[in-house]
Amino acid sequence: MAQETIVDAAPRQAMRGLNDPTLLKRRYAAERRFRIIGLAAVLFGFVFLVVLLGSIVANGWSAFLQSSIKLDVQLDTAIIDPTGKKDIDELYRADYTALARKALIAKLGVDANARPVRRDINGMLSRGVDVQLRDMVIADPTLIGKTVTVWLLAHGNVDALVKGHIDRAVPQERRQLNDRQVSWVDKLHASGDLKRRFNSGLFTFGASSQPETSGLGVALIGSLFMMLIVVLLSVPLGVAAAAYLEEFAPKNRWTDLIEVNINNLAAVPSIVFGLLGLAVFINFMDLPRSASLIGGLVLSLMTLPTVIIATRAAIRAVPPSIREAALGVGASPMQTLFHHVLPLALPGILTGTIIGLVQALGETAPLLMIGMVAFVADYPMTPMEPATALPVQIYMWATSAERGFVERTAGATLVLLGFLFVMNAVAVYLRHKVERKW
Amino acid sequence: MDGQVQSPIPVTATPVADTKQKVKLEARKVSVFYGAKQALFDVSIDVMDKAVTAFIGPSGCGKSTFLRCINRMNDTIPICRVTGDLKLEGQDIHDPSLDVVELRARVGMVFQKPNPFPKSIYENVAYGPRIHGLTRNRQELDEVVQTCLEKAGLFKEVKDRLQEPGTGLSGGQQQRLCIARAIATRPDVILMDEPCSALDPIATAKIEELIDELRKNYCIIIVTHSMQQAARVSQRTAFFHLGVLVEEGATEDIFMKPVDKRTQDYITGRFG
Repeated sequence: MAQETIVDAAPRQAMRGLNDPTLLKRRYAAERRFRIIGLAAVLFGFVFLVVLLGSIVANGWSAFLQSSIKLDVQLDTAIIDPTGKKDIDELYRADYTALARKALIAKLGVDANARPVRRDINGMLSRGVDVQLRDMVIADPTLIGKTVTVWLLAHGNVDALVKGHIDRAVPQERRQLNDRQVSWVDKLHASGDLKRRFNSGLFTFGASSQPETSGLGVALIGSLFMMLIVVLLSVPLGVAAAAYLEEFAPKNRWTDLIEVNINNLAAVPSIVFGLLGLAVFINFMDLPRSASLIGGLVLSLMTLPTVIIATRAAIRAVPPSIREAALGVGASPMQTLFHHVLPLALPGILTGTIIGLVQALGETAPLLMIGMVAFVADYPMTPMEPATALPVQIYMWATSAERGFVERTAGATLVLLGFLFVMNAVAVYLRHKVERKW
Repeated sequence: MDGQVQSPIPVTATPVADTKQKVKLEARKVSVFYGAKQALFDVSIDVMDKAVTAFIGPSGCGKSTFLRCINRMNDTIPICRVTGDLKLEGQDIHDPSLDVVELRARVGMVFQKPNPFPKSIYENVAYGPRIHGLTRNRQELDEVVQTCLEKAGLFKEVKDRLQEPGTGLSGGQQQRLCIARAIATRPDVILMDEPCSALDPIATAKIEELIDELRKNYCIIIVTHSMQQAARVSQRTAFFHLGVLVEEGATEDIFMKPVDKRTQDYITGRFG
């Protein structure tokens, strides 16, 4: 009998353990705790994201608006086209700034004979008004001799004052605008002749030392060229490499080695790719410095492992029964790949590719190495010409002190984020579109 | 070992007199190795034309492995090595001058799990003829698709939805679609690797009827786990055990008077 109780005791103890109310309570508490920790982590991340985006938007939204002054500019024939031949060179050389200043003086109704007044007038208008008026005249030479009403860019300091970045309480010696200029700004503002208008220049201007005439134009073109090169190079190469490795390559030590190396390449810091580009493309192959071609090549190298890894994963996810079916009806391995495996793997390939592209679009470090941090004022017409890129432009503006550049740094970041968002949205859309619903 | 054994399985397949048959496929001393492991040991068998030959045997006995030698599907497994002679109508299928793609068009295959392409029903059947260039124009292709679907007993059910995905059909319909796909390349031999193991009994019955119908024109080899199925559809049966072809003969003989003790044990349900 004694023995029997001992034998029975073990399971009964175990049962007690299961039914122990404190144990149950402890388990529930632990699960609740775990859930709360997880939720807290998500909230924490979300708050950070909101703070980050909020600060960028708060700093950057004003970059999309730029102060302009409405002026009635008389396009004086004597100044623009003294010879009357409407010669393009002549039109290029004319002193348009003087016309703009004259118009401003007339608008403000001040006596411009005194030198300090003239200097203050000069400080009201951007240097870009020269180009603004010139482009207008060259586009339509019949305007010469007429008076046109145009919105001309105000000086960066005027813009800063309008946006409230210049403290009026500061004594005028230490202010970028003196009291007279401030009074003019207020007057123009009150009459509606000074307004913040949409800053299309942010997207069209190239590099400039003045914030009001600097924009992302060159950077956008450079980034576009580079993305094209990356798509054209890394997608075919990456898909071909992945398809070969997955479907045709023998599984041996060499392919294992290659696989390990590809995975490692994906983790190599991007600056190393920049060094490689500098050494190979610029120093060895003698390609032009600062060109988006080199940027594109370097970014392609950087994106390639990502594309290969994503494509391999997508190809591997295609059920083997589809391959068997295709081979079974006598499709060649290549037909099997192109008719069946790749179409089924396409959503995964697209997603991986766009992730790689997004990475490449936001990459700065390798571009610094190959000299894409250049002051490029003119649009690059080919990928061989010097250009910058969106993230590099942000980096360059971030190192400038003027208030106008600070807001442009944040504004350009918003533009970059916008592009990334759009590309991700395209990825999601394409994925849904090409994914077979059956 | 002489005399009738008490087989619990009645043989109902239509018997075919041996004299009328000609040998379609000849295997001599076929062995298969997966790496260092030998999976099949010196299999020699003659497979008759216009008849169903069933390969039966317990799991892992090598019957599927042997089946996959016949259309060289084992080529796709890198570590797999096949030795011995396999002749299809006298032609060595391992002959380097023989194109494996052509071989697979001549030797169709139906797999265990229905695996239609994720394309339309029409496209599933049309794919084989198209890649082999068997038809000259769209009209011919349409005819081939219709004939094959009719032969597979599927046309009536799908004729109004040929452009709908093949994967939207029921399991049994999918398997018949796979059979239609296999016969679309005008094969001589159809290999079926447990074609009914993923199907319900009604779908199975339909496939078996279809196999019996197809037998009149094709040499069919079917691997099956179910001895009942072998007894129902096959004229000849081969019993595999541990990679060895134990016994081969007319289905009635195998089920009624097996020569080998192992065959007898298997068909009376003592193992497997």
